[in-house]
Amino acid sequence: MKMQSCRQGESLYIYLDGELDEHSVSDVRSGADRLIDEHAGASRAIFNLAGVRFMDSTGIGFLIGRYKKLQKYGMGMYLENPNAGADKILELSGVYTLMPKI
Amino acid sequence: MNQMILKFLSRSENENFARNAVAAFALSLNPTLSELSDVKTAVSEAVTNCIVHGYNGREEGWITLECTVDGTQLHIRISDSGKGIGDVERALTPFYTTLEDEERSGMGFTIMQTFMTDFSVQSEEGVGTTVIMSKDFGARAEANAQ
Repeated sequence: MKMQSCRQGESLYIYLDGELDEHSVSDVRSGADRLIDEHAGASRAIFNLAGVRFMDSTGIGFLIGRYKKLQKYGMGMYLENPNAGADKILELSGVYTLMPKI
Repeated sequence: MNQMILKFLSRSENENFARNAVAAFALSLNPTLSELSDVKTAVSEAVTNCIVHGYNGREEGWITLECTVDGTQLHIRISDSGKGIGDVERALTPFYTTLEDEERSGMGFTIMQTFMTDFSVQSEEGVGTTVIMSKDFGARAEANAQ
């Protein structure tokens, strides 16, 4: 699992790439938290899931964990470009009510 | 009818192996990408449960994965010899998790139930857990034929 990021104005973009499951989640958890800490002054974080080829409920736990961290900084969280499989479990678990798909 | 049995250690790197092995085995049913994604996700959830809950992250437990293709049906059976589930009904509740501190969504069983045609779980504390699930690819085959 790989991760890239960029800052555009008030928005922190985080790009995830690979298969997000129990095995790979540890590759990105601390890195995402470090990015959020570094950009704590931004208004929002946008997770781009275009590169996520597979995701199970471990991915949902990961996203909700980052959402809680962002909330502490008063930052919003948004999701972008999930594939059809990821979209299905995100919809099913109600994640979009916390972090809208844009 | 076709059948396969895999037995592998409860290491998280085997989640990827297990879901892709089942997907490859299911190809004879000519699944759509969406159906294949459903099956892979359900298998990943079940195997993750064996590793995270059944064996508490210990990597020396065995997980058995049996698949049968019968007509238009794919039957999957995933078993561990781990600690078992005390209250299965409660475990099936959406968002319920025993690991509150670990960023667990509590959606694993709900995803398996939603993505597969049939689903059941048998468990005994101290003995282990078996998830039995099936997906029927027949409804789509009929729809395509019309």
